[in-house]
Amino acid sequence: MADFDEELDASGLNCPLPILRAKKALAALDSGKVLHIIATDPGSVKDFEAFSKQTGNELLESKEEGGKFHFLIKKA
Amino acid sequence: MEQKKMAIIATKGSLDWGYPPFILGSTAAALGYEVEIFFTFYGLQLLKKDLNHLRVTPLGNPGMPMPGGMEKWMPVLVTALPGMEAMMTSMMKKQMKAKGVASLEELRELSQEADVRFIACNMTVELFDMQPSDFIDGIELAGAARFFEFAGDSDICMYI
Repeated sequence: MADFDEELDASGLNCPLPILRAKKALAALDSGKVLHIIATDPGSVKDFEAFSKQTGNELLESKEEGGKFHFLIKKA
Repeated sequence: MEQKKMAIIATKGSLDWGYPPFILGSTAAALGYEVEIFFTFYGLQLLKKDLNHLRVTPLGNPGMPMPGGMEKWMPVLVTALPGMEAMMTSMMKKQMKAKGVASLEELRELSQEADVRFIACNMTVELFDMQPSDFIDGIELAGAARFFEFAGDSDICMYI
């Protein structure tokens, strides 16, 4: 996993909480900073792709590891 | 790019149907939409400070899955027995907690934090003798014309 500035553990949370928490966490970051999100909701894979497309915050990485989903999102 | 808008009319006052307006409202706000939800008739229940009175009922709801597939054989009349509604409500809440589903209160709070605007239909508030003081803060009381002022320019408009 590449470098990141902040981490958000959304494990155990279901739709739409991972997205809502991520939105909040991104709001606290400066432009260009990277947020690492950990989630267990399988729906979050498509949701973070859609979130990134619609908000312009780039999804740098999306992968599954050890039964969890990891996302790197760069604040626009 | 101009900000997109979503307008929702929330008309249902049960635990299950309370979810869609708040899930969609908070998510749309997170995606950058400007959102207004117009609460009318039974949907006004969703604005009360305390949401513990909201129930989910198996009565007249053939699509509701029940523990152990009971819905496949249980006679409809049994679902009308006293205590069934309370039991199903408590089971639903337990299941939601176990699956990491947010509470209605939490989603409502997240919606408000994200600047989703809540409007209570003035006519139905009076019709049901409801007290606006029973509602959470930040509610606007207004009528149908006020809804159209926003909905007329919306990109998404739905009736729940």
